[in-house]
Amino acid sequence: MNKFLWPLVGFIALVVLLAVGLNLNPREVPSPLVGKPAPLFKLARTDADQPAFGPADMQGKVWMLNVWSSWCVSCRQEHPLLVAMSKRQLVPLIGLNYKEVRGDSDIDVSKMSIDVESAQARLRAQAWLSKHGNPYDLTVLDVDGRVGMDYGVYGVPETYVIDKQGVIRFKQTGPITPDILEKKLLPLIAELNKA
Amino acid sequence: MKTLRTLLSAATLALTLLLPTSNLLAKEAPPEVQDPVAEKRIQALSEELRCLVCQNQNIADSNADLAQDLRRELRGMIQAGKSDKEIIDFMVARYGDFVLYRPPVKGLTLMLWGGPAFLLLLGLIALFTYLRKRNQVVAEQRPLSEEENRRLSAMLADQADEAQKNNK
Repeated sequence: MNKFLWPLVGFIALVVLLAVGLNLNPREVPSPLVGKPAPLFKLARTDADQPAFGPADMQGKVWMLNVWSSWCVSCRQEHPLLVAMSKRQLVPLIGLNYKEVRGDSDIDVSKMSIDVESAQARLRAQAWLSKHGNPYDLTVLDVDGRVGMDYGVYGVPETYVIDKQGVIRFKQTGPITPDILEKKLLPLIAELNKA
Repeated sequence: MKTLRTLLSAATLALTLLLPTSNLLAKEAPPEVQDPVAEKRIQALSEELRCLVCQNQNIADSNADLAQDLRRELRGMIQAGKSDKEIIDFMVARYGDFVLYRPPVKGLTLMLWGGPAFLLLLGLIALFTYLRKRNQVVAEQRPLSEEENRRLSAMLADQADEAQKNNK
């Protein structure tokens, strides 16, 4: 090959490398939790008269856990899709309301007792769901975000698909799009249900 | 006398203006762990851990909610007597190797760690082959032989003739 062609080849290789790098999403951090058992928890539900809920209650079922909050803008964007999905009754959908009160930057919780904060979180979550529609079979309140930490939550909304053995099989960080739902989530859920 | 009084009231005003501000600035809570060794560990560990929200900051620098939560968790774990390794494992189990500013050497990170050394090696090989080639070229540059010299002058003479013809 002509020796003057080599710099051109090198340049093209560099351009390809940069083009690929720029089109990757740096927010997509592979979760180490995929393939691991879903962390256990026991949290109060938004419907206060019901007993606390935990992943152990879903043993033997394929289910989805969706982390959301009323202050989260992307959750609002994702919400209609979840509502539409829940009407098809394909999979139980559990809501994990993440830091409803203390996550809201307008509210200072430093002088609020945890009981007051929990009560407020419940009211706010209920109000939001009755306003925007409730796609969840039930919603639990992660008031201080500690359970979210166990699930490696760092950007709501996040969605987990958990199999019959309680193992996390898929994690989506950021809103679910119709494309992801139809091409990834639903086929995976169908497959896991057969297993 | 009047000027003194104005001066005094001005000074008081200045003081009253200054005092509350300094109080407001000191809003940050005092560290819960007074033990300087523990404080140092918290500082060192939180500088090693990446904040996943603002990805180019560590959790010591970041003001994101998540970083604050993780700092609180870190403090709690240190108070509970956890070792550095246990704390790092806790973070990696939740957020992956990405949370570490110094990712471990393994299959996936081989290119990251080995890449620069590999490129340096490649560059050195290229440099040496180039230098060797150049040395050969230099070695081949010997003075022209008698015969070659004659041909060269004949060629130059021909060219000079042609140029003269063209000028006419």
